[in-house]
Amino acid sequence: MKLPEFEYRSPATLSEAIALLVAADGEAKLLSGGQSLMPMLAFRMATPTVLVDLRKVEGLDAIEINGDVRLGARVRWCDIEKDQRLATAHPLLQEAVRHIAHYQIRNSGTVGGSLAHADPAAEFPALAVACGAVISTVAANGSRTVAAEDFFLGPLVTVLEPDEIITGISFPAWKAGRRFGFQEFARRRGDFAIAGAIVHYDVDAWGRMADVHVGAFGLGDTPIRLQVAESLLDGQQPTAELFERVAAAATEDVEIQDDIHADAEYRRSLLGTMLMRALQSSSRSGD
Amino acid sequence: MMQIGITINNVSYEREVPARTTLADFIRGLPGLTGTHVACEHGVCGACTVVVDGAAVRSCLMLAAQAEGRQIETVESLAGDGELSPLQAAFRKHHALQCGFCTSGILMTMHALLRDEPDVDEERVREVLSGNLCRCTGYQPIVDAVMEAKQSYG
Repeated sequence: MKLPEFEYRSPATLSEAIALLVAADGEAKLLSGGQSLMPMLAFRMATPTVLVDLRKVEGLDAIEINGDVRLGARVRWCDIEKDQRLATAHPLLQEAVRHIAHYQIRNSGTVGGSLAHADPAAEFPALAVACGAVISTVAANGSRTVAAEDFFLGPLVTVLEPDEIITGISFPAWKAGRRFGFQEFARRRGDFAIAGAIVHYDVDAWGRMADVHVGAFGLGDTPIRLQVAESLLDGQQPTAELFERVAAAATEDVEIQDDIHADAEYRRSLLGTMLMRALQSSSRSGD
Repeated sequence: MMQIGITINNVSYEREVPARTTLADFIRGLPGLTGTHVACEHGVCGACTVVVDGAAVRSCLMLAAQAEGRQIETVESLAGDGELSPLQAAFRKHHALQCGFCTSGILMTMHALLRDEPDVDEERVREVLSGNLCRCTGYQPIVDAVMEAKQSYG
């Protein structure tokens, strides 16, 4: 469908953008890459009176690696794919981003847009939660940081206030030798996942798993950490037998919803398979 | 209404349009470049793919206003004076189209890909092609055509 009518503004600074958001009193939407917002408009799932385009605001498109990996809100998926520093600075980030949408969408879609859209089946919010990333924002009353785990409240709902703008996201520094796995299932490559699993951990001097992070997405209202899996894996030797046991046990009590694409029991089974494959592939990474 | 200037296939177009005009509708409107096709209008099918500043994008998911001052290439830019481009010729040779509705989007996607990655392998072509839906040929002839045409890039 053609888009509904709206007013279009393209401020040059963040403070002008915030002023426009304040003036619109909750009726404005921020536009970055538009890859989620434009379909929302076409479907009339969003009918803002004003679109505030961030394309002229400078300083939001940098990838900075100083221990932590900081992505500006307007960094596009293709920027992450092409940044060769990330192959060692955060290989899981690059691996996850390769699964996001399709080629043309990766050329436009942005980090901040995906976070603000908060699709529970999207890869990037899930990665942010799994890795313990921290989101930076700015609003009329100042700036703040929010842990990704606290950022997503439900499907397409976040803690963002109507006048608040995401400026970037920081991923904790990636340790040398860290192992990781990313697996998702979608009927067509590039589509939203029906279920997905993300894993990373370090291996200590005795070959045991440490600082285990396990995330899951495509299941319910928001991406989640699988604490059961994390505690079952922590301190253990990574073996195929353990992975199989954990993948089954960790998915038993996860709250999973039915939707048009798949019922909850199918999703649960799929999540177990994705988690097991993520763990299996992790043992081949990090060397 | 807003005044927007966009360069399409090296020609500048200035036009007053409603803010909600997508890049796809801008291209098809006054310039009359109807080779860019519009189908799903929500970013699923890839038929409307054009090249913006060198990168393939879905023109139904970009506002004309966002393309202000940028360089757009559409399918009309491929063929020289009555001559098919090597990519188009390969599509013809391999029967990589039937009804042709999806073809302009696929051509522009693959044109951008081959320019960026002239050493592309078949797996990468298939991965990128996943962003374009074709409902009649099946994808094998398209992949064959792209793999042949890649010799002309790079």
